[in-house]
Amino acid sequence: MEYLAPNNLKDALILLKKWRSRGELIAGGTNVVPDLRAKTLRKEILIDLSHLKNLSYIKEEKKRIRIGALTTMPEIAASKTIRSKACILSEAVGQIGNPLVRNRATIAGNLADASPAADSAVPLLVLEASIVVEKHKGKRKQIPINEFFMGVNKTVLKRDELIREIVFPKPAPSSRMVYSKLGLRNAMAISVVSVGVLAEMEKGRCNRARIALGAVAPTPRRAYGVEKLLVGQAVTEELIDQCCEAIQEEIQPITDVRATFEYRRSMTSVLLKRLLQQVFSQGHV
Amino acid sequence: MKKKQTYPIQLTVNGELKRTEVYAGETLLYALREKLGHTEVKEGCGKGDCGACAVLLNGKAVNACLTLALQADGLEVVTIQGIGTPERPHPLQTSFVKHGAIQCGFCTAGMIVSAKALLDRNPHPTRQEIKEGISGNLCRCTGYKKIVEAIEDAALKLK
Repeated sequence: MEYLAPNNLKDALILLKKWRSRGELIAGGTNVVPDLRAKTLRKEILIDLSHLKNLSYIKEEKKRIRIGALTTMPEIAASKTIRSKACILSEAVGQIGNPLVRNRATIAGNLADASPAADSAVPLLVLEASIVVEKHKGKRKQIPINEFFMGVNKTVLKRDELIREIVFPKPAPSSRMVYSKLGLRNAMAISVVSVGVLAEMEKGRCNRARIALGAVAPTPRRAYGVEKLLVGQAVTEELIDQCCEAIQEEIQPITDVRATFEYRRSMTSVLLKRLLQQVFSQGHV
Repeated sequence: MKKKQTYPIQLTVNGELKRTEVYAGETLLYALREKLGHTEVKEGCGKGDCGACAVLLNGKAVNACLTLALQADGLEVVTIQGIGTPERPHPLQTSFVKHGAIQCGFCTAGMIVSAKALLDRNPHPTRQEIKEGISGNLCRCTGYKKIVEAIEDAALKLK
């Protein structure tokens, strides 16, 4: 295997175009290195993106927040901007893997790997983030995150495309957002179920609701059907129960080493109920 | 047959400049142990679950088994030996011994590296923060109580 380490985005895009399917991308390495070790990854060229300059940043603009592709999980979790404007993201990425893994893991890597349990995807789905993608001599594209994942470890990214940054509109200051992850232990746990909720209230009614789910379908996904039940309504215990029933229509969990599909089904409703109660409770959380 | 290509790298390990040649897919852990003789860095699971191979890479605690040697090229690596020596142990090391936070010792190097990184950025951690700080390190013999106590005590000594 050959090793190439471009130090600017332009060179990386040229290499990507040149090698396409014969090359494998690596950034933090927390997904790729175990695959190399297990010999499940057999590529001729390893293209290391970790030396790319200026791709690690969190920028707050007037209406949106931009996060560079190589920004690591602790950088996001500790960012004052993210904590104050999009706390659901800092909460979720602060629970990924463990401190040793997080120090290497990048936001773009977590998304490009496209695990059904990708923990950064759930908050980014409720924040309606877009993935900014570039390719050599091509136009920069913005892919809404709800169109980004195609299946287990599959995204819409083409072999010559690279994630440059993640961008999302700043949520209204009045919006409330909560996140819950169920793992089998407190650290180094792959999500069994994860749920994120963002809601805005006006005059006692819910005027915006976004719900995202992880590890209960081939990709992280929004629960649009349940969101519709909430919008325009005064949220009562009965409505919350109705949502927790309706969420079952939006998931297709599987049985694996971590949990059975039945357990995932019931826990999705349990987590959703807790989060909806939290977010729609009278007092501010 | 085409010879497998190697690449030169240069690392500062515990303050000393070291040079070696590595393959593309070779991990920092392999290079440290097999090429540079730093066997104080332990190999446990080899896939980021156990933290036995933790080292400081430019001051941040990482799993050497999840980092390519080539990605560490030009960077500064600190292993347990760079944290303290038998003659001049770091307060964390003294504290681990005093509290009996070592049984078989296999996790200890990684534990202390994680604890050092924690105390460097948060000199007065709560018990919960200590537990989180070492949550990437598995111990299979003493349990974690004595380890947490040792880190708490070392934090007091470092004040």
